[in-house]
Amino acid sequence: MRHLLSTRDLSPQEAVQLLDTAEEMAAVSTREVKKLPVLRGRTVVNLFFEDSTRTRISFEAAAKRLSADVINFAAKGSSVSKGESLKDTAQTLEAMGADAVVLRHWASGAPDRLASSGWIDAPVINAGDGTHEHPTQALLDAFTMRRHWSRVAGRESIGSDLAGMRVVIVGDVLHSRVVRSNLWLLTALGATVTLVAPPTLLPVGVSQWPCEISYDLDAVLASEPDAVMMLRVQRERMEAAFFPSANEYSRRWGFTDARLARLDAAVGSDAIIMHPGPMNRGLEISSAAADSPRSTVLAQVQNGVAVRMAVLYHLLSGDRSSNPVEQQEVGQ
Amino acid sequence: MTREENVYIIRGATLPDTSTTDLLVKDGIIADAGTGISNASAQVIDAEGLIALPGLVDLHTHLREPGREDAETVETGSRSAALGGFTAVHAMANSTPVADTAGVVEQVHSLGLEAGWVDVRPVGAVTVGLAGERLAELGAMASSRARVRVFSDDGICVHDPVLMRRALEYVKSFDGVIAQHAQDPRLTVGSQMNEGDVSAVLGLGGWPAVAEESIIARDVLLAKHVDSRLHVCHVSTAGSVEIIRWAKARGVKVTAEVTPHHLLLTEELVRSYDPVYKVNPPLRTSEDVTALREALADGTIDVVGTDHAPHPSEHKECEWAQAAMGMTGLETALSVVQHTMIETGMMGWKDFARVTSTTPAAIGRVETQGRPLTVGEPANITLVDPDGRWSVVPARMATKGRNSPFKGMELPGKVQAVFFGGHPTVLNGELATRRPTAQAAK
Repeated sequence: MRHLLSTRDLSPQEAVQLLDTAEEMAAVSTREVKKLPVLRGRTVVNLFFEDSTRTRISFEAAAKRLSADVINFAAKGSSVSKGESLKDTAQTLEAMGADAVVLRHWASGAPDRLASSGWIDAPVINAGDGTHEHPTQALLDAFTMRRHWSRVAGRESIGSDLAGMRVVIVGDVLHSRVVRSNLWLLTALGATVTLVAPPTLLPVGVSQWPCEISYDLDAVLASEPDAVMMLRVQRERMEAAFFPSANEYSRRWGFTDARLARLDAAVGSDAIIMHPGPMNRGLEISSAAADSPRSTVLAQVQNGVAVRMAVLYHLLSGDRSSNPVEQQEVGQ
Repeated sequence: MTREENVYIIRGATLPDTSTTDLLVKDGIIADAGTGISNASAQVIDAEGLIALPGLVDLHTHLREPGREDAETVETGSRSAALGGFTAVHAMANSTPVADTAGVVEQVHSLGLEAGWVDVRPVGAVTVGLAGERLAELGAMASSRARVRVFSDDGICVHDPVLMRRALEYVKSFDGVIAQHAQDPRLTVGSQMNEGDVSAVLGLGGWPAVAEESIIARDVLLAKHVDSRLHVCHVSTAGSVEIIRWAKARGVKVTAEVTPHHLLLTEELVRSYDPVYKVNPPLRTSEDVTALREALADGTIDVVGTDHAPHPSEHKECEWAQAAMGMTGLETALSVVQHTMIETGMMGWKDFARVTSTTPAAIGRVETQGRPLTVGEPANITLVDPDGRWSVVPARMATKGRNSPFKGMELPGKVQAVFFGGHPTVLNGELATRRPTAQAAK
């Protein structure tokens, strides 16, 4: 693994290995000293062409817990807004000693472009690009699901996959980088995925994807899935006629109080409710659903740091096979 | 002695109809034809194994001058055209300022004459500033020294149906043609590539085939209603081919064009996110490519137009969404058409001459181009080695643009020599000399 651009590039073995490393990292995060020296002296640049405070601070926390130096470069209000290109910006940052570039960009494919152009040598990590992919979000979602799925099965999380798990993803599939990365990763790990959305928010070509498609959220929930992920819906989609009104969207495709009640009434349902955040409470998810014991929203955020530590470790440490925690202990 | 400089005997060339002949080029025309021609003052060009074609005529070229001389100039673009085997190009109107007045089209026309590599035929804008709001002075451009016959807002669709109708009607008074860039603007807001399986995965905004097809359907109905000539630029979908076939069967005066890149490349290349593959209309599917080839072979599509669109490197060395749309094409067109149409057995060289020279010249009403290679005709001749193969190296091209999507490909067909009005602009596969302006004035 030279870059992390798309979850399509991950084999099932690589994905499990990353999640296993993330479990080790999560264990570190529960210690009193939440820090490993494995990336000491390395510099990670967070290059953000689009605002995303959550993702940026998650990567920043991950890099710092591995003892890397972090440079945050927000392209807004910088030389980039004065016309400097991605190429020049990336080359400038590499000249200043960047060992890895975490790239967030509004343009789909910008990380692929940076990785394949030959402009820089440093590994590129896609921190969300346009409506394409968000691989670390998918990894943290898979990590969260794997913990749930292994607990239900009564086994260790480490080494396991998502075989047999039934995942439902609901919302604006068309514009979602989260759903694309999740679909490739979850199916590689053995889960089956159902996408639920209004037809206007499904891309032409979705029939070729390895998943079921439904327009009927209630029918899908009645089949008792193991995880339901609600995607953020932007209100401005309404203006572009993707759906008639927020109320209608919420009634048909939102995780409402009524749907939560039906799920809770179903005997033996362990289904978790997920959301990549930030949530539009009252639109795609009701407050009761967001705050219910089934909700993994905060666990997802927490797991994000561990997963990003694992990604940085795999891309930047020379010795990728060893256990980072053991490595630290030997070194001390 | 200078009088004899432009006397050439082309020895043993194969004509598009597969017969073999010598051609005597003198005083700008084909002065004699047959076997065993001799002339004491002539230079002899050994054309054994070479195919003699009527000089290629491009209906769709962006020369960028005036306004974007960093991308291309009339000089560099017409050098590129000559090396590609062309003797005439139609310079699209989307320059800065837009070619929407007699003054601008005359400027481009005279720059072409000064350059002296090919006939530069300016295309006039249909609407003022390409804004799609009111008609440009089409008559003034038609009556200017540039004698404009092709009008296009290429790059932008003439979307208003009333304006399109009026334009189609108006140009009848000087036998003009409207060349439409068929793209519904509302259906292509934010579009980045063909809408389908690949765009779904890449998360790039879709440019649906229906956005092209719906405009073509409307326009052929308008052309039929007002009995006018319509030319459809860069047809890119199988559905468009069906509509044009339907219209032709009903006698609509519609002609259609396909680009070399749409005959060879597909949307699969976009997976690289390399903007060298970003073009408008976008690369489509392999089913579309097959339909376009069949349509060119059966005459549903009339001509090949390059849509040569050079861009400075910084407009391609960036994110896909930021990149400019367009590809260079003048120096690769002949080879790509040979590769896709002749080497596949779908066409012979006679058909090749029809789609690259005879018909485009007829659509553009360029009387001196696209003529048969017979005695008394203007000596616009391209000699091609059909067995030669070459690797595409954009840095070696005469165009300023380095944005060739064929980079690194090995293609058949080497242009060996080009005679433009009897003057050799290309000899031994390399640029020779420009045609003197005085000669052009004759």
